[in-house]
Amino acid sequence: MVNVIVLIKDIVDLTEIKVDPRTQRPILAGLPRKISDVDKRAVEAAVQLKEKHGGKVAVLSLGDDKTRTALREALAMGCDEAYLLKDPAFEGSDTLATSRILAAAIRKIGEYDLILCGEMTLDSLSAQVGPRVAELLGLPQLTYVRSLDLKEGRVVAERDLEEEDEVVEAPMPAVVTVVREINEPRIPSLMSIMRASRKKIEEWDREALGLSEGEVGSAGSAVEILEVRAPKMERKKMIIEAETPEEAAERLVEKLMEEGVLR
Amino acid sequence: MNGSSFRGVMVYSENPSLLLELLAAGRGLADKLGAPLSAVLIGGEVGGERREEAIRHGADRVYVLENPRLADFNVETYKAALLRVVEAEPPEVLLIGGTKRGKELAPRVAAALETGCMTDCISLEVDEEGRLVGRRLTYGGSTVAEEVCLRKPQMATIPPRVYERPEPAERRGEVVALEVEVPEPRVRVVERKEKRRAGFRIEDAPVIVAGGRGIKKREDLKLLEELAEVLGARVGCTRPLAADYHWLEEWIGLSGHKVKPDLYIACGISGTIQHVAGIRDAKVIVAINSDEEAPIFNIADYGIVGDLYKVVPALTKALKEKLGK
Ligand SMILES: Cc1cc2nc3c(=O)[nH]c(=O)nc-3n(C[C@H](O)[C@H](O)[C@H](O)COP(=O)(O)OP(=O)(O)OC[C@H]3O[C@@H](n4cnc5c(N)ncnc54)[C@H](O)[C@@H]3O)c2cc1C
Ligand SMILES: Nc1ncnc2c1ncn2[C@@H]1O[C@H](COP(=O)(O)O)[C@@H](O)[C@H]1O
Repeated sequence: MVNVIVLIKDIVDLTEIKVDPRTQRPILAGLPRKISDVDKRAVEAAVQLKEKHGGKVAVLSLGDDKTRTALREALAMGCDEAYLLKDPAFEGSDTLATSRILAAAIRKIGEYDLILCGEMTLDSLSAQVGPRVAELLGLPQLTYVRSLDLKEGRVVAERDLEEEDEVVEAPMPAVVTVVREINEPRIPSLMSIMRASRKKIEEWDREALGLSEGEVGSAGSAVEILEVRAPKMERKKMIIEAETPEEAAERLVEKLMEEGVLR
Repeated sequence: MNGSSFRGVMVYSENPSLLLELLAAGRGLADKLGAPLSAVLIGGEVGGERREEAIRHGADRVYVLENPRLADFNVETYKAALLRVVEAEPPEVLLIGGTKRGKELAPRVAAALETGCMTDCISLEVDEEGRLVGRRLTYGGSTVAEEVCLRKPQMATIPPRVYERPEPAERRGEVVALEVEVPEPRVRVVERKEKRRAGFRIEDAPVIVAGGRGIKKREDLKLLEELAEVLGARVGCTRPLAADYHWLEEWIGLSGHKVKPDLYIACGISGTIQHVAGIRDAKVIVAINSDEEAPIFNIADYGIVGDLYKVVPALTKALKEKLGK
């Protein structure tokens, strides 16, 4: 038996991002949202562990009303309970405050052997919440995990590092962050989607989590975002005009010689 | 911790060459703050050369933490070591090398210190108020965010090859050895396997010829290999070619390898945000694509609108003649 808590974030669909040509700022309002790709795989990994060893899976997200859709999807994939952490006071939380809120909720749930997260979310690209939650709860962390199992009450994982792969094991409870290669998430059946739609999503706000105003939102954060813009790509954008591929190739070679990038 | 007691810039990476790059970043910040720069060395035993090397590359002070339990990297033991140094000399700025290990260590340390950490900064500076401002990619690499850290120590991670390793110089510096109590690590390594990747990393290739779905069959990669051969280049690809078709092992881009060659030749690549995020730092980008509307042309220096099956062999031939190979 294993009790797993999965942390998911629903993020804007990155393939839909457009940049305002005038301000060079990304247009995010009105973009569809979905479970961050890697987090969906964390859900899949949790459900697979439950199917193999028995137990239950709770899914947890700090978000807003729209986040219910993501939580419902996780329920349809096989999670048993869903928790939405939602409060206007949570707005503007950076990873410091987010981790604090998530850790408080995990403590409130109380019963768990494993906490699963994504390696990072693709919107913030911060890759911090997993290790931070582990620190706040005083748990061992197993990061960049691409395969996961339990053996004699311990968690065993294969980690994907730069120069090497590492097989590690640790006592539970523990925090595990997964990489996208860990699995291919299932597509829930119509039946399970129907069943999930009838499940209750538990909602907790700041007070329910026993956190002070100074611990959450902008007040409880350390990093402030000053500006977000499309990166400058100062490129020459020169199209080589030529009659034939051979001619185009020759012109290009001349340009590359001028650039000094041929050796 | 009390706000005024923080002083100086401190850098740490378990990767010796990245540590020197961090010293370059740290030196600039320390000079601006008029504060000392220190480097942290952690290990079972830290050789004398590494201390000297850190000083020659810009450190005013080197903290050395040696303990048999620190022989191998482990987040919990290394966190304990790093927290020990921060306690001894609370820095205003703490930079950690953005390897995978560094990026699992930094947030854990930041959480313990209840501070913020800006992941994978591509530039860092100190503003007029003395605050650390970092620029980093967000939204899958389609945007750059400018962020500021409002608590101390102000933390950031810096990926490899963002800053150039400084020129070594004969300098003086102080070496401080610290005792540290190291906990028994809870995560145990059962096995280590070298990646079976051929020794040479695509990140280090000076020239890359990359293919996308404009390549119709696996055999056709030969066209790219021939071009790569004359250029002394490596062949790379977009994600579908590796992740879906398994023609090659690794891909370039947001979820793959980030590269910065002198020359990047994109053949039959449309130029999606996710792919471009990985080649942003290439010096010169060439695009060969049959669709003149392909977004890759907007981020390329030189573009050839045409069929790669004709243009690539022509380019190989022209280069052979010009380079006399
Ligand atoms: C979360 C996420 C992360 C991702 N990460 C990455 C990543 O890291 N790296 C990555 O590459 N992708 C990544 N992708 C995938 C990405 O969205 C695109 O699917 C991919 O980059 C497209 O690859 P492509 O350019 O090879 O193919 P396509 O977009 O299909 O483009 C093929 C191009 O070839 C041209 N072409 C066709 N025939 C010829 C010919 N004969 N001669 C010349 N040109 C021709 C076409 O005009 C077209 O422009 C990611 C996607 C997601 C959702
Ligand atoms: N708002 C959130 N709610 C729940 N889980 C989150 C949230 N933000 C981040 N996480 C989890 O932490 C992981 C790393 O996120 P990040 O540190 O933002 O890159 C994600 O993959 C999620 O598993």
